Amino acid sequence: MTLYLFYFLSFLAILSALMVVFSKNPVHSVLYLIITFFCIFGHYLLMNAQFVAFVHIIVYAGAIMVLFLYVLMLLNLNSESEPHKNNTLKFVAVISGCLLMVVLVAALRGTDTMMLQDNGSKIGYVRNLGKVMLTDFLLPFEITSILLLAAMVGAVMIGKKSSKTTTPQ
Amino acid sequence: MKIPVEYYLWLSLALFCIGVLGVLFRRNAIIVFMCIELMLNAVNVLLVAFSTYLNDASGQVFVFFIMAVAAAEVAVGLAILVKMHENTKTVDIDILNRLKW
Repeated sequence: MTLYLFYFLSFLAILSALMVVFSKNPVHSVLYLIITFFCIFGHYLLMNAQFVAFVHIIVYAGAIMVLFLYVLMLLNLNSESEPHKNNTLKFVAVISGCLLMVVLVAALRGTDTMMLQDNGSKIGYVRNLGKVMLTDFLLPFEITSILLLAAMVGAVMIGKKSSKTTTPQ
Repeated sequence: MKIPVEYYLWLSLALFCIGVLGVLFRRNAIIVFMCIELMLNAVNVLLVAFSTYLNDASGQVFVFFIMAVAAAEVAVGLAILVKMHENTKTVDIDILNRLKW
C-alpha cells in the first residue's frame, strides 16, 4: 500500500515537473510546480518527517509560489510574450539533460543496497527536531534569521523607486 | 512495508535532472528560477530520506536551512527581475546578457 502510494506520488511529481519545463504559459508552469510541491509534501509525510513536510508547504506553496505568481501577473507575462529558444538549442538542452541523467545513474547504480533497520523513527517530529535545532544548531539558526532580515532589506532596497528623481543622500 | 532508500535516490535524481533541463531549455528568467527551486527540492527530498533512514536529525535541520536560503534567494531575485523588467521590458535571458564576459 505504502509502495503504491510512493509510485503514484513519484509519477505525479515527475510528470508535473516535466510539465513545468514544457508548458507554454508561465502561469501554468507555476501551477504545475505547486502540484510537484504537494507531491513532495506527500513524500515527506511517507517518510514520517512531519515538521519538514508542513514547513515545506507553508514556505514553498504558501510563500514562494505566491510570490512567483504575483510577479508573473505583475509583469503581465503570458504565452504570447513567452520567448523561445530555437530548435537546435532546445535539442542540445534535452540531450545534455539526458546525458547528465545517464552519468548520475551510471555513477550511483552499483552502490551497495543500504539495508537499514525498520525504523519507527520519531526524529521528524517537531519535539525532537526543535531540540536538535535549538541546541546543536543554535548558531546557524540565529544566522538564518539575520540572512532573512538581510534579504528583506535587500528586496526593499532594490524594489523601491530609483533615486534619480529624489535627492541623493 | 518500507520503501528502499534507493527509490528516493532515483526520484530525486530525476527531479534534479528535470531542473537542469529546465534551466537549459527555457529563456524566461522566472521559469529558470522555478527550475532552480525544483533542483533545491530534489536535494531536500534526498536529505530527508537519508536522515530518516539513518536516524539522524541533522539532515532535516539542514533542509530547514535550505528552505530559508531559498526563500531569501527568491525574494531578492524576483525584486531584481522586476526592476530589470521596468528598465528593459523583458525577462528574456538572451537579452539580459549585459553581465556576460
